[in-house]
Amino acid sequence: MLTSTTSSSTSSRSPADIAARIGLIACGALAQPAAALVDRHAWPVDVHPLPPLLHNRPHLIAGQVEALATSLLRRYPTVAIGYADCGTYGALDEVCDRLGLRRLAGLHCYDVYAGPARLQRFFDEQPGTYVLTDFLVRSFGRTVLQELGLDRHPELRDDYFGHYTRVVWLAQEPDPELHRLAQQAADSLGLPLTVVDTGTAGLERAIGGLLTLPVPAFPA
Amino acid sequence: MTPDEILQGLYDQTLVGNAPAVLDLTHTGLDLGMEPQSLLFDALIPSLEEVGARFERGDFFVPEMLIAGRAMAGAMEVLRPLLAETGVQTIGTFVMGTVKGDVHDIGKNLVNIMLEGAGFNVIDLGVQVAPEKFIEAINEHQPDIVGFSAFLTTTMPMFKANINALQKAGLRDSVIVMVGGAPVTQEYADAVGADGYASDASACVKRAKDLLTKRRSLVSA
Repeated sequence: MLTSTTSSSTSSRSPADIAARIGLIACGALAQPAAALVDRHAWPVDVHPLPPLLHNRPHLIAGQVEALATSLLRRYPTVAIGYADCGTYGALDEVCDRLGLRRLAGLHCYDVYAGPARLQRFFDEQPGTYVLTDFLVRSFGRTVLQELGLDRHPELRDDYFGHYTRVVWLAQEPDPELHRLAQQAADSLGLPLTVVDTGTAGLERAIGGLLTLPVPAFPA
Repeated sequence: MTPDEILQGLYDQTLVGNAPAVLDLTHTGLDLGMEPQSLLFDALIPSLEEVGARFERGDFFVPEMLIAGRAMAGAMEVLRPLLAETGVQTIGTFVMGTVKGDVHDIGKNLVNIMLEGAGFNVIDLGVQVAPEKFIEAINEHQPDIVGFSAFLTTTMPMFKANINALQKAGLRDSVIVMVGGAPVTQEYADAVGADGYASDASACVKRAKDLLTKRRSLVSA
């Protein structure tokens, strides 16, 4: 299942090189921005993505992370988990405890991007808030519409989204095309779109903290 | 069509979520003089149970569950008044709702369909149901069971708030409390003082029946 999509692939590294590096198992939805941060800071990190669609089968996440982590621990002195709880409801924490690993804080990557307090405010304001990230905006047709069967059964839209009141896009690197896609996604759900520019500072802090690497200070 | 063909067709078309066909077959069966109970218990419920089994095996996913549920719900719109007319006894009343602060109801709705199919009178309070709304509904409908559903770890604590509200209203001992939802576990259900928990719709029906039987045997003892 492992498909390295990052520039931090380990394929050309020698065992001696790897012995000085960190293996970061990343959710496929975070792998690209995580790899970009690794490149930007020249961190000694190799990103190992797992398929993003695991998020639609969250009961499988812990097992797949454990299998990959067990394999990587034979090669890397340090392995970290680039997942939040992500709907595993504690199962991922059990894996981390068992293997002595750390994961990203929070319930979801939304917490990582927006901060848990800010995210909670969105839900306090409107419990029917549906959250998107850049990844989800780009892949909306595949990861949301197709996975929920809405491409085949559009009549199910209100079964899924009938009680939602808005889409909040946590925009990391917004551009006109992403804006268009985000609006299109919200329109397809019949919901208004709110854009919240989060940038990537939250992810940068989270990954840097996870790997105890130097990260520039950002305003809170 | 023969009655057996009607039943087989209802089973097959519910399984694939063909709502128009299920509705047509329901009407055709009734026009042929078939009993509503037969259509329900010999075709629709077994089909939905098979949908649940396939979901558990990973052969079906949520969309397949939903379209099958919608197909059965369409048939139930026709059958429900007929079943009431024929005096079919409900096995119990179940008040159900998604807790305050939570808008998720897909799982709850599937459970409702399964419960109704199993013979429960289901009163669905919808989503974002505040404790006082549950209390009102319990006073009004005198249910055997009340079900609290939550999809978020952040809304699960409402189970305890609801149970506290029941206690405060003096209703805790008069109603069985069941809880469920994706993040919920048996340990959590025990910790908040619920009487029952189930991990999916099929399990919920079995657990509800067991709890009801147990409660009634205690009352009659």
